[in-house]
Amino acid sequence: MSLLNTVFALPVLVIALALLGLIGARARARVAAGGDIRALAALPRAHGTNAFLSVLVPAVASFAALSLVRLIGPRQGVEILSAQVVFWVVLAVAALGCIGAILRSSIGFRARVASETWIKSLLIAASTVAILTTIGLVLSMLFEAMHFFRQYDWRDFFFSTEWAPNFRGNSALGILPLLWGTLYISFIALAFAVPVGLFAAIYLSEYAGPRMRGVAKPLIEILAGIPTIVYGLFALITIGPLLRDYFAQPLGLGSSASSVMTAGLVMGIMLIPFVSSLSDDIINAVPQAMRDGSYALGATQSETIRKVIIPAALPGIVGAVLLATSRAIGETMIVVLGAGAAARLSLNPFEAMTTITVKIVSQLTGDTDFASPETLVAFALGLTLFVITLCLNVLALVIVRKYREHYE
Amino acid sequence: MTVLSNSLLVQDDRTRRRNAAEVRFRACGLGAIGIAMLALAMLLTSVVSSGIGAFRQTYITLEIPLPAAQLDKSGTRDPAAMAKVTTFAYAPLLRNALLARVKQLGITATLSDSDIGGIISKEAAATLRDHVLANPDLIGGTVTMDALSEGRIDGYFKGRVTTESAALDGNTSPEALQLAQSLADAGVIETRFNWSFLTAPDASDQRPEAAGLGVAILGSLYMMLVVLVLALPIGVATSIYLEEFAPKNRFSDLIEVNISNLAAVPSIVFGILGLAIFINFAELRQSSPLVGGLVLTLMTLPTIIISTRAALKSVPPSIRDAALAVGASKMQSVFHHVLPLAAPGILTGTIIGLAQALGETAPLLLIGMVAFVRDYPAAYSDAAGLFGEAATALPVQVFNWTQRADPGFVERASGAIITLLVFLLVMNTVAILLRRRFERRW
Repeated sequence: MSLLNTVFALPVLVIALALLGLIGARARARVAAGGDIRALAALPRAHGTNAFLSVLVPAVASFAALSLVRLIGPRQGVEILSAQVVFWVVLAVAALGCIGAILRSSIGFRARVASETWIKSLLIAASTVAILTTIGLVLSMLFEAMHFFRQYDWRDFFFSTEWAPNFRGNSALGILPLLWGTLYISFIALAFAVPVGLFAAIYLSEYAGPRMRGVAKPLIEILAGIPTIVYGLFALITIGPLLRDYFAQPLGLGSSASSVMTAGLVMGIMLIPFVSSLSDDIINAVPQAMRDGSYALGATQSETIRKVIIPAALPGIVGAVLLATSRAIGETMIVVLGAGAAARLSLNPFEAMTTITVKIVSQLTGDTDFASPETLVAFALGLTLFVITLCLNVLALVIVRKYREHYE
Repeated sequence: MTVLSNSLLVQDDRTRRRNAAEVRFRACGLGAIGIAMLALAMLLTSVVSSGIGAFRQTYITLEIPLPAAQLDKSGTRDPAAMAKVTTFAYAPLLRNALLARVKQLGITATLSDSDIGGIISKEAAATLRDHVLANPDLIGGTVTMDALSEGRIDGYFKGRVTTESAALDGNTSPEALQLAQSLADAGVIETRFNWSFLTAPDASDQRPEAAGLGVAILGSLYMMLVVLVLALPIGVATSIYLEEFAPKNRFSDLIEVNISNLAAVPSIVFGILGLAIFINFAELRQSSPLVGGLVLTLMTLPTIIISTRAALKSVPPSIRDAALAVGASKMQSVFHHVLPLAAPGILTGTIIGLAQALGETAPLLLIGMVAFVRDYPAAYSDAAGLFGEAATALPVQVFNWTQRADPGFVERASGAIITLLVFLLVMNTVAILLRRRFERRW
């Protein structure tokens, strides 16, 4: 029995049954055809595939379902199934599938159609993973957030201006300072990234020759492929000290290397390629006839761009900016390393501030006790973040789809 | 009526202004590209210049006598008995060997004996102990060993620590640096390529000189395996269903909207999902590559699906029609004809998705991957299952090191980033080569 208890026994047995089914069904089909496989409604190979899948798919599905029951059961206080039961049930399902498939392979059995039904059900099952993920995302945050709001008044959470978690209790957990930090940093990032990205896109699509475009465009796109932890470290070791020594201290605005400005600028660099490559596509989609029409009226190239192309591409550009905004709001590592952890409402961009994402990390790392509001607040923060970015993404998609000009 | 200039050869005011605006506009565009390039260059030089030092390490070559009386009191060479001797007993051996060497070279140091011993890393005693326990025959003789030097001394040879900064530092002194310099002149101390940075596990807060990336690289590798095994089949199956079979109805619309939304969900939210579902609900182990891989799989699925769908879409309908015309079923036309033609595109998308997953940090912090791990995880263990042993990952190791006090860890973190970027570069190059190699136009 100890052998059967190991993780490998069940998969090995199921696969063995599947192979048995494959060989058995093939042989039976051949025998049924009496040596002339033209008499069969489907090739022996299809009989084999069908048998293989009729063992594997129900076995995996039953294993998944029973494991879920085993996980949920003890939480309700009852042990419904033991590991032994799961083992034997799955094995029985596999054996039934094996026997059934072998018995079904006769002359008239359309094995190919049957096996394709199995495959299609697998394809559909795979595509539900995306839906399950979304449901999982929402439920996991919703449940814990509800626990949180049972212990902590929602009005205090959404409208209080004080964030002071205290693991001994009596914490002030107002989201406003975090929201302010998030929006302030995102604003600085966008104020840097949108003009730079937009001008880069305009230059690359309207002015640059093929050689310049061939070099500059991939180089800018490298920025999008760099992991955010690299930007975080860059903020920490280079930009932070630079801003502190040359701007913050001489101007008397603060002496902290981690600041809103540090995180904002570095995040701006990260966002440049998002703005530029999306805008680039959209500007390229504006038909040449519109440019030619403008030139024919005597406009210079920059006038054409400002008066004709940008207005035509505006919905797409707004969509790109909204997508970049949702990136900025959800960004974590740059602000963790660049902006500090102090929750405050201040206008000074050289002061350390903090964001929703940073607080999610700090409330959930270390020793966490999932009964205290100080930990559960992270789920409420996550839910808020999810809702904000979801709204921005949907808005961006709607704008791009609905208001984008369609040319012939 | 405004008076217009009559000559074609002289520009009037308005034309001049318009042309100037044109030049300004162009300059803005060029400036924007310049800023982006400058940012990229700054980023790379800053990381490389501060991290390249992690790939070189300073060692002190010592001949260490191993007295049997201290190391093996029972005299049996029995490893179990010898293991009772702790690293504290080995540290004086190293110090005495160094003192003897200093005396032999005739270097006069103003330092106390224990301060001279301080230029050897605390890690060296543990290394020596492991070496002796593995080879009990060495006891009684002398062993030549390259001992790690202390982090500040190491920093001095790489230019990170100067005599001025040492004067302000409680952990070292200008005299110690002077001593190290004279030892280096005599050939006792040398700086050379540091393999152990890539193979050694993490070290404690006090000894940055010993910290390595081994566990992180292995953990990242395990996670990438999980992502590849799960995300590729699920992603491709989803794309095939949506692109080739799905009827235009509510269900397929729902899936499609879902996927584009998932692609834009902040990564930290996936970390919350991992914590709530995989760790709190399914009770998988914290910090295990399995959980990390599952979270990253869910995160990279949209990327793989979107690129796979593009690859499937680019296969012309005539291929499908030809297959159908000779009597293939819809399923056969897809699996025998469309999928092989789309394979290079799918592979490229998968590699890019993997590269994204490799660099992701935030969700892994939430599932406990930030923990300090000293032991190499096994791929399979009876207690923890497949990929269930605690590990760490490259980007998380970087984050972990940035949170430590000793400045030596900044160098290590940048070094780790260089390693990470090299991996990413290789992956992207492979993706580009694949695309070039198999690119096909119809």
